Amino acid sequence: MLSVVIFAPLVLSLPLFFLRGRKAWFGYTWFASVVVFVLSLALLRGFQWETPGFQWEQQVEWLPTLGASYHIGIDGLSLILILLTTFLTTISILASFRYIQHRIREFCIAMLVLEGAMIGVFASLDLLLFFIFWEVMLVPMFLLIGVWGHDRRIYAAFKFVLYTMAGSAFLLFAILVLRLKTGTFDLVTLQQTVGNLPGAIQRWAFLAFAIAFAIKVPLVPFHTWLPDAHVEAPTAGSVLLAGILLKMGVYGFLRFNFALFPSIARDLAPLFMALGVIGILYGAWMSWVQTDLKKLIAYSSVAHLGFVILGIFTFTPWGLQGGILQMVNHGLSTGALFLAAGLLYERKHTREMSQLVGIGKLMPVFSTVFGIVMLSSIGLPGLNGFVGEFLILLGTFQVSKTLAFFGVLGIIFAAVYMLSMFQKVVFSPPREEDRGLLKDLTLREWLVFVPLLVFIFAIGVYPRPFLKFGKIPSQQVIERVAPETPTPTLSPHAEEGEP
Amino acid sequence: MKGILLMTLFAPLAGAILNGFLGTWFRKKAHFPAIVAVGLSFLGSLVLFQWSLQHPLGQEWILYTWVPVADLRVPFGLLFDRLAAIMLLVVTTVSFLVHIYSIGYMADDPGYRRYFAYLNLFVFSMLLLVLANNFLLLFVGWEAVGLCSYLLIGFWYEKKTASDAGKKAFIVNRIGDAGFLLGIFTLFATFGTLEYTRIFEIVQSNPGYFSGVLAAATLFLFMGAVGKSAQFPLYVWLPDAMEGPTPVSALIHAATMVTAGVYMVARSHPLFQEVPQIGTLVASIGAFTAIFAASIALVTDDIKRVLAYSTISQLGYMFVAVGLGAYTAGIFHLFTHAFFKGLLFLAAGSVMHATGGELNMHKMGGLWKKMPHTGWTFVIGALALSGIPPLAGFFSKDEILASAFRTGHTLIWGVAWATAFLTALYMFRLIFKVFFGNPRDPALYEHAHESPPVMTVPMWILAVLSVTVGWLGLGEESSLFHRFLAPTLGHLEIVPPMVEKEAGLGLILLSVAAGLAGIWLAYQMFLKGSPNPTALAQRAGFFYRLLKGKYYVDELYQTVIVTPIRGLAVLTFRLVDRILIDGTVNLTGKSLAATGNVIRKGSSARTRTYLFWVLLGAHVLLWFLLKGR
Repeated sequence: MLSVVIFAPLVLSLPLFFLRGRKAWFGYTWFASVVVFVLSLALLRGFQWETPGFQWEQQVEWLPTLGASYHIGIDGLSLILILLTTFLTTISILASFRYIQHRIREFCIAMLVLEGAMIGVFASLDLLLFFIFWEVMLVPMFLLIGVWGHDRRIYAAFKFVLYTMAGSAFLLFAILVLRLKTGTFDLVTLQQTVGNLPGAIQRWAFLAFAIAFAIKVPLVPFHTWLPDAHVEAPTAGSVLLAGILLKMGVYGFLRFNFALFPSIARDLAPLFMALGVIGILYGAWMSWVQTDLKKLIAYSSVAHLGFVILGIFTFTPWGLQGGILQMVNHGLSTGALFLAAGLLYERKHTREMSQLVGIGKLMPVFSTVFGIVMLSSIGLPGLNGFVGEFLILLGTFQVSKTLAFFGVLGIIFAAVYMLSMFQKVVFSPPREEDRGLLKDLTLREWLVFVPLLVFIFAIGVYPRPFLKFGKIPSQQVIERVAPETPTPTLSPHAEEGEP
Repeated sequence: MKGILLMTLFAPLAGAILNGFLGTWFRKKAHFPAIVAVGLSFLGSLVLFQWSLQHPLGQEWILYTWVPVADLRVPFGLLFDRLAAIMLLVVTTVSFLVHIYSIGYMADDPGYRRYFAYLNLFVFSMLLLVLANNFLLLFVGWEAVGLCSYLLIGFWYEKKTASDAGKKAFIVNRIGDAGFLLGIFTLFATFGTLEYTRIFEIVQSNPGYFSGVLAAATLFLFMGAVGKSAQFPLYVWLPDAMEGPTPVSALIHAATMVTAGVYMVARSHPLFQEVPQIGTLVASIGAFTAIFAASIALVTDDIKRVLAYSTISQLGYMFVAVGLGAYTAGIFHLFTHAFFKGLLFLAAGSVMHATGGELNMHKMGGLWKKMPHTGWTFVIGALALSGIPPLAGFFSKDEILASAFRTGHTLIWGVAWATAFLTALYMFRLIFKVFFGNPRDPALYEHAHESPPVMTVPMWILAVLSVTVGWLGLGEESSLFHRFLAPTLGHLEIVPPMVEKEAGLGLILLSVAAGLAGIWLAYQMFLKGSPNPTALAQRAGFFYRLLKGKYYVDELYQTVIVTPIRGLAVLTFRLVDRILIDGTVNLTGKSLAATGNVIRKGSSARTRTYLFWVLLGAHVLLWFLLKGR
């Protein structure tokens, strides 16, 4: 079943060669992505929420001489990221109907290939298989930026590839070292054996993985590819880049660094938490001085991912579950912000905030949607972002009060840059010449935003079903990395069994 | 009771959703669902009040578990006790009257339905804040009222000053809220729960055990209150908030939202009681804010801003009370203040309505003849605020002064007493300038007219309440108000050097004398012209300029905090992100320039080929895998 979900997008891309006309291409691709989404929902059926380990597991001999096998399987963490992938792909294809004007068929193929590869990354339990999906994913993303991007697309595409390839080199290096020392690419086997390796090798392998994933997240100071890639990419590219690709860095930390090298992860936790906090503050700070709407959103991503990294490295249930939830939240709210920016670009052909004015008067319905999304991004209680940020900071506070203090500052800064943006774009007097240009939402655009808004509210008001995904994976990380977690009870009654 | 409680809470939310989504159907009738919703809440809170008379200890209802992670279980739970009952009555009464008043005030506004949707959303958020049974849910309401305040301050958002003011309010509040969050973290780290009753139980059964950690927790929580209730040094957003529609100022920025901080301190009094030194700090900040804001109000010419500074000052009084442990006195002042300050704002709105939005008191004068209802109600509100018996403000303010004196805080008492004098002075300066004397702007005077009954009737209702509600506090400790709240808030603990009851009469006379002296001086200066205020201002020189410049606090924040941070951000962006990191990458890029050029020329033509190969490869892989099965 899991294999079906991974390869369905690829198989479903074949009929595109026989179709003619933009309507057919877009319509079919959207249909295909909805099919994949429904298929991925089927993974929820019979999912054992309380069972540790991987489910829907499948292992097929593949390259026995190399020690690699086609080994896939998912836990709650993989599952929620796969669902996020199929969900956001559907939305970004729907949002591209007007944006993509040339080479539509190729665009559709690229999107579906990308989707399959992304699902593959989250499902692989074999390091070589993981690496292949990881690399396959780069090609359609490179094309998305380089072919359908804006003016400086070639520069941005190359910068994106250069950075990511540098990361991939480290990743490949680490994978090969492990293979040479243990004789297997299999993650489940490696978890048992890697601990026997000499400490130095473990440390180098950890660092190599960490650099590869840190570039992807991106952690400051590996972040400068992100604004350019985001700004130049077409809307669909930005949404998937922010929504899914960045999560792969965090996913890599959780799946490989924590699972394979728990003691090193614990030792280096203060460093990564500090980098997370620096990301929060630095990203927010940089967002504040941007004039380009997409660049502002891109830097806000740096801040949000800083929160995620901060959370998972606390090794507390709150930090980890909050971090995992915040990955989803960021996918939804930042995805929606990029969709909003793209929608404005389609109408006005600019991303400069000095040119985008008077939206509130001209597009009141859109502005309401935009406002809700903006508030979700700054973590307003009652919407999704708050639950994640709160849990992350709560977890951080148990570990380090200082870092929690700086993290909380990030919440203030988030309000500063987002509200300043909203004031410039929405709360400004409209220009006469924009009256015809800036039309309110069309039916298709409604369809794009409504599902996102539903989840933004649902996670904010009733996060329980969404927190369920991260529960067991978090527990496993804690068991492995930090068996003795600080429990928040100084109460003298704690031992007496306070209710 | 659960049903009625839920209706009271959720009716305004339903109203907001109805207006938000289907507002186009209602158009000029947008007030209809809004007022029905708030009316239901008002009736609900009356029924609940009745219920609370029989159930002194109140009850909790858990609807569902909101955030469950490991030991943390935050319920969506409601707590209705007598403190909540009082707050509910205040919020729904003033909301209901303000909604009705708004029909007249906002009649010609193009954002009519948006206005009522926001207003309903505010009422819901405020009720959630009051009814929450734990600190996190309180925080949800806390930030949500902040959001509504932001939206309503910036309601006329095309005006730059309005959208600036909204943004400022939100950000300054967030600074306080960040502290509040740290307080929540401290509480959870200590007690492993965020529910009031559980935390309070643990604290009260181990007196003294937690005082160290509670000092930090209460200080953080109070930071939130400083932001929300506009105390020094985070008060700067409230005067600017006057950019919003005046009924909003009455409801949110006088009667309800800004008092949330006082409510929060009273609600968490078992924590504050453990750490009297923090209580003293709270009271000191309150007292300082009270006189600080009152002194600015003396020279402010904008009638709404005078009222805004007055609100800040009165909130300071409330913090004096709750800081010194006189929780009931603080809530009592919150209660009476909601009515008379709400009234003053509505009356000021009526003046604006009559004068085409004019705010400068120097352009007014003699309006009494043109608008007697507004004039009368305004004077009633001002007398209540100045603490003239037997109006409401007299009882509540006097109780706070007495508490300060009787707990041995003579300095705080002195400051509060001086503030009472200043209060009467600035209020009657405003009244004499606006309603009496000769018209200073004939055109404005000619145009002025009394407001329609839909506005004046709510004003009169509030005026009646401003006269009468104080009697509930007659007899201090043994009064109806005290006995009603005693099960929740307990009694004031008085430090040994207790002042005899006889001295109490002297205190009352002193505070009434302060109010009367203020009114008399205002009459001499601003109606008779001797001593001449202009000459006095010239003689005061530096001090006058300092007051006129509002102590230059805004400017100080701008130069010391905002500008350097922003400048540094610009610099970092240019240096680090653009030159240092990008430069390195670009260098690599240049070395690839040749390749780049080739690909640039060929890339678009070859896209299809690339994709073909990618796809082919993928399918080969797929086939390979399936075969291997």
